[in-house]
Amino acid sequence: MPTATSRLYAVGGDRRLRRRKLVNRLMEIAAMTSALLAVAILAIVVISVLQHGIGALSLDFFTRSPQPFGVAGGGLANAFVGSLMLVAVATAMALPVGVGVAIFVTEFASRRVAGPIRLALDVLNGLPSIVLGIFLFTLVVAAHGQSGLAASTALAIVMLPLVARSTQEVLLLAPASLREAGLALGAARWRTIIGIILPTSLGGILTGTTLAVARAAGETAPLLFTSSLLASNDISANPRHPLFSVPLAIFELSESPEPADHAKAWAASFVLISFILVTSLAARAALGRSRRKLGRVG
Amino acid sequence: MTGVTPIEVAQAREPRAAHPNREVVFQVRDLAALYGTSPAVRGVTFDIYRNMVTAIIGPSGCGKSTFIRCLNRMNDLVPGARVEGEILHHGQNLYGDGIDPVQVRRWIGMVFQRPNPFPKSIYDNVAWGLKVHGLKDDLDGRVERALQSAALWDEVKDRLRGNALGLSGGQQQRLCIARAIAVEPEVILMDEPASALDPIATTRIEDLMHELKNQYTIVIVTHNMQQAARVADMTAFFSLEVDPDGQRTGVLIEYDETPKIFTQPSDKRTEDYVTGRFG
Repeated sequence: MPTATSRLYAVGGDRRLRRRKLVNRLMEIAAMTSALLAVAILAIVVISVLQHGIGALSLDFFTRSPQPFGVAGGGLANAFVGSLMLVAVATAMALPVGVGVAIFVTEFASRRVAGPIRLALDVLNGLPSIVLGIFLFTLVVAAHGQSGLAASTALAIVMLPLVARSTQEVLLLAPASLREAGLALGAARWRTIIGIILPTSLGGILTGTTLAVARAAGETAPLLFTSSLLASNDISANPRHPLFSVPLAIFELSESPEPADHAKAWAASFVLISFILVTSLAARAALGRSRRKLGRVG
Repeated sequence: MTGVTPIEVAQAREPRAAHPNREVVFQVRDLAALYGTSPAVRGVTFDIYRNMVTAIIGPSGCGKSTFIRCLNRMNDLVPGARVEGEILHHGQNLYGDGIDPVQVRRWIGMVFQRPNPFPKSIYDNVAWGLKVHGLKDDLDGRVERALQSAALWDEVKDRLRGNALGLSGGQQQRLCIARAIAVEPEVILMDEPASALDPIATTRIEDLMHELKNQYTIVIVTHNMQQAARVADMTAFFSLEVDPDGQRTGVLIEYDETPKIFTQPSDKRTEDYVTGRFG
C-alpha cells in the first residue's frame, strides 16, 4: 500500500508533468540555438573575410599608397591614415560634448529637463547615418566643398549619443557618498564632479568612447557625401582636405574589375573588423577595472 | 497658536544648560527641518559650545542625522528638504540671505557614518581639500600634520601613494577625519562615525575625539549611549513625538552636561531612554 509520500512523487506517472518537462527542454534548446547562431555568424564573417583577404595582407598593404589602375602592388596606407585622422578628430569633438551632456543630465538637470534630453540622445542614436551625411552635405559641403572636417563632424554626431549615454550610466554608478564627501569639504559642485566623480568614472567613460570609436571607424554612409571625392592617393592627415578612409576603400575596391583589388577589399575589411574587435575587448577590460574600483568603495 | 510669534516660542525654549564661561559656536533657535511638508524635527533650541564634544542621542527616526546635517547645510542636497528657524554660527544665520553653503562647509566639516575615502591615494585624499581651498604652501607638511592629528600617520607614512581603499575600515574613517581637519575647519560634525567599525577601531576614534576637541568643536550623532557617555561633554537627547494624526516628529527633550543626562535627567523620557526602558 503506497504511503502519502510515494503518491506525491509517483515516478513517471504524471502525463502533464512529462509534457511540462518536455516544453521546458525545448525552450532551453531554442534559446541556446539562438545564442549559438549569433556567435556562429560572427565566426563565419571573420573566417571568410580572413580567407579572402589574407593573400593581400603584407607590409606594403599598410605602408604604401594605391597604385594607378592596372599597376600591380601598392597598399592602402592613405586609407588607414585617413580613417585614423577622421576618427581622432571626431572623438575630439564628441568626447567633451558627450561627457558635458552626461554631467548636465545626471548632476544638474531637473527630472523634467533630463528626460527629454535622454530621449533626444536616443533618437539621435537611432538616426540613420546617411541622414547625417546628407545633413552635413547641405550644411558644409555644398558651400565649402568636401573635407575631412565635414566627415569628422558627421562621425562625431554618430558618436555623441554613445559617449553621452555610457557616461551617464557610470556617473549614476558613482556612489552618492563620494559626492557628499567632496561637498562636505567645502568644495563646489563642479569641483567635486571634475576632481572626484569623473576620475572615478574614467573607466566607464573610456569604455563608451572606445565603443563609439569602433562604431565610427566602420561608418561609411556619412563619409560618402563629405569625404569621398578627390581624396588624394598620397598619405595625408590634413583634415581640411577630403581624406580617404577604410570603409570607402572597401566600397571602391569591391567594385573594381581587378580581382587583386577584391582581395585588398577583403584585407581592408579584416583590418577593420580586427580594429573593432580589439577596441571592444579593450573597452570591456576598462569597464571591468572601473567596476572593481567602484565596488570597493561600497 | 494665535498671537504667539516665533520669537516668543524661541524665547520660551531658551537653552536649558548655560555655560557662561564657554564661547558659543552655534545658537540653534526653534529649528525645524522638513522634507516636503512633513517635519523630521521641529522646535529645536539649544547652544553648542566651543572646544567641547556635544553628543546627539535618541531613538531611531528622531531626526538626529537630519539635525546634524542642518549644521553644515548638507540637507540642501536632498530634493524637497527645507529648514525653518535659525542656526546662528557666531551670530551669523547659516540659512540667511547670501550665505553660500559651500562656504559654510568650508568651516564646518563632516565625517560620515560609512568611511567614504576618495578612490585616490592616501596622500591625495588629504591633499585634495587643501588644493580646493588654495592651501598649497607646504602641502606635504599639512598632509603629514593632518594624518598625525588623526592618529594615522605612523600606519600610513610608508604608503602615502597607496590607494586609500586598501586601508581597513577604521583606518579609512581616520583618513576621513584627517581629510576633514586638513582644511582647518572650526567645527567637525560626525554622523555616527563609529557605527560601521569594530570595537577596537571605535575606541581609537573615541580617543581621537578627546584629542581633537582641544582644537575643534565636535558634534557627534550616536545611537550608542555608552559612546556618548564616554566622549561627550554635553549631550542632547532627541525623541519622537506623535501628534494626533499619527505624524511622527523629532524633538529635543533635554540638553545638559553629559553626567547629568545619564545620572539625574530632569525629564522622565530621558530617564526611560538612558536606563534602557525605551528605544
